[in-house]
Amino acid sequence: MREFKISPLLKSKAQSFLFKTLFFLAAVFSIFALGIICLFLLLNGAPAINEIGVLNFLTGREWKPLQNLFGILPMIAGSVYVTALALVLGVPSGVLCAVFLARFCPKRLYKIAKPAVNLMAGIPSVIYGFFGLSVIVPAIQRLTGTSGKSVLAASVMLAIMILPTIVSVSEASIRAVDESYYEGARALGSTREQAVFFCELRGAKQGIGAGIVLGTGRAIGEALAVSMVAGNQAVMPKSILGGVRTLTSNIVLEMGYAADLHREALIATAVVLFVFVMIINICFKLIKGGTDA
Amino acid sequence: MKKVKSSFSYYKNHLSSLFLRIIVILSAVFALSVLFLIVAFVLSKGLSSLSPKLFELEYTSQNASMLPAIINTVQMIVLTLAFSLPLGIFSAIYLNEYAKKKSRVSAFIDLTVETLAGIPSIVYGLFGYLVFVAFLSINYSVLSGALTLSIMVLPTIMRTTQEALAAVPQSYREGSFALGAGRVRTIFRIVLPSASGGIVSGVILAIGRIVGETAALIYTAGTATGIAKTPFTSGRTLSVHLYLLLSEGLYIDEAYATAAVLLLAVILINSLSDFLSKKISKRFTA
Repeated sequence: MREFKISPLLKSKAQSFLFKTLFFLAAVFSIFALGIICLFLLLNGAPAINEIGVLNFLTGREWKPLQNLFGILPMIAGSVYVTALALVLGVPSGVLCAVFLARFCPKRLYKIAKPAVNLMAGIPSVIYGFFGLSVIVPAIQRLTGTSGKSVLAASVMLAIMILPTIVSVSEASIRAVDESYYEGARALGSTREQAVFFCELRGAKQGIGAGIVLGTGRAIGEALAVSMVAGNQAVMPKSILGGVRTLTSNIVLEMGYAADLHREALIATAVVLFVFVMIINICFKLIKGGTDA
Repeated sequence: MKKVKSSFSYYKNHLSSLFLRIIVILSAVFALSVLFLIVAFVLSKGLSSLSPKLFELEYTSQNASMLPAIINTVQMIVLTLAFSLPLGIFSAIYLNEYAKKKSRVSAFIDLTVETLAGIPSIVYGLFGYLVFVAFLSINYSVLSGALTLSIMVLPTIMRTTQEALAAVPQSYREGSFALGAGRVRTIFRIVLPSASGGIVSGVILAIGRIVGETAALIYTAGTATGIAKTPFTSGRTLSVHLYLLLSEGLYIDEAYATAAVLLLAVILINSLSDFLSKKISKRFTA
């Protein structure tokens, strides 16, 4: 910067200003992108919500595009059921698995187990869907004598899919707990397991919560894999063995041929999904914000 | 064996602890065996269905060849990274090298990036359809797909780059400044090269997401079976190909084979990124 000739100095000043602007613009792009996403979804979805009526849209139990009936309550219920059951199945095993990796795993095994969990996170959802379709669905079919495509099948598959998310985030937060928690508990005479479960897990509570919320977001947003195994009937789910359609699969299934109000109703479905995800994000922020304090 | 015996005597008076230990081990065994089951299932069914004719240049109704889809996937990766890599790296540079930590701007950008990372891929797909396919009328094309995906993978690239930049020791920058280099030169000659390993592993992660993505591509890149000759023509990637084979239900053997190839690709990508991140952490701790 400290050149004595004027022209190189100006040149380098101009250059550094140019690059700073460039970097800044790139950084601001993500704000721009998010704005555009919100704008386009709202602009295209709002008219439909307006025309159908907010209440009719959100609480209508009939989704019959041919008769101009657009109620997405069955899909909202479907998404909530499938996600909730996936959490019930996935969270305990995920957290316990994280405890194992963080505290009880022999080093040699860890060298295999950790990449294995990473791989699980990297497997494409369509392969999970494929697995669900050709292993989980037939298994449920054989055990119960139903068609197999059901809330249960979707939840089992989603539980597997969110497992790596929960495991990695929880493991990191358990590892971040101060040694003194463990040592203090051991010094007071507790066993290794008691120290880990009743002291360390408490310290890692917020991190584990954040991992669960992150997993919830993944489960509620998953589209194709769920549509492959859930049966997709647009009716209120009656039992865990019955078929179900989620918000995401509603979009995937019908976007290809929808037109006019039907198409706009699907975009409005995405708006509802987006709102759900935003709520989950805010929860995540709140939980994570607590960790910093 | 001796260790096991001694630990059993340890647990004799602490049955609840023994129980906790057992469920912890069981759940780890469960998770790993699920992974093993998926990999074994896909590979055992798929590798036996692989045949050379699945790698022909033409997709026909008699031969659901996957080579066009593989070529489209590669195009998709290159094009997506061409957009998102400069954007991601530059914005990470701004956040890490220019913006004051905890300033309002960078906090707001962090928040938006986190939000972008949480948006479901089907919503990205719909957005891409509305903006690139319909509004800008680029139609169903590899370009529309790549533009959509580049926003989707931007958070991944930004975050990994930011972490990599933050891991470069401050003394590198100070040394460079002391030798008279300006900020821009320091960034391009000193900071970026030192952070390149971390950036590359982020890029590999992004490639993994592009390869595995389906929901965001069906309504943006479309489902055409052939090789996309230009970025403006439609073409299905390997994941989309697999999804369509499965939903059509006509080509089950081909679907198995495609799944195996896709899984092998993902395993390769993942081990590459694991390998790199290990190498990097060694470099900076040493």
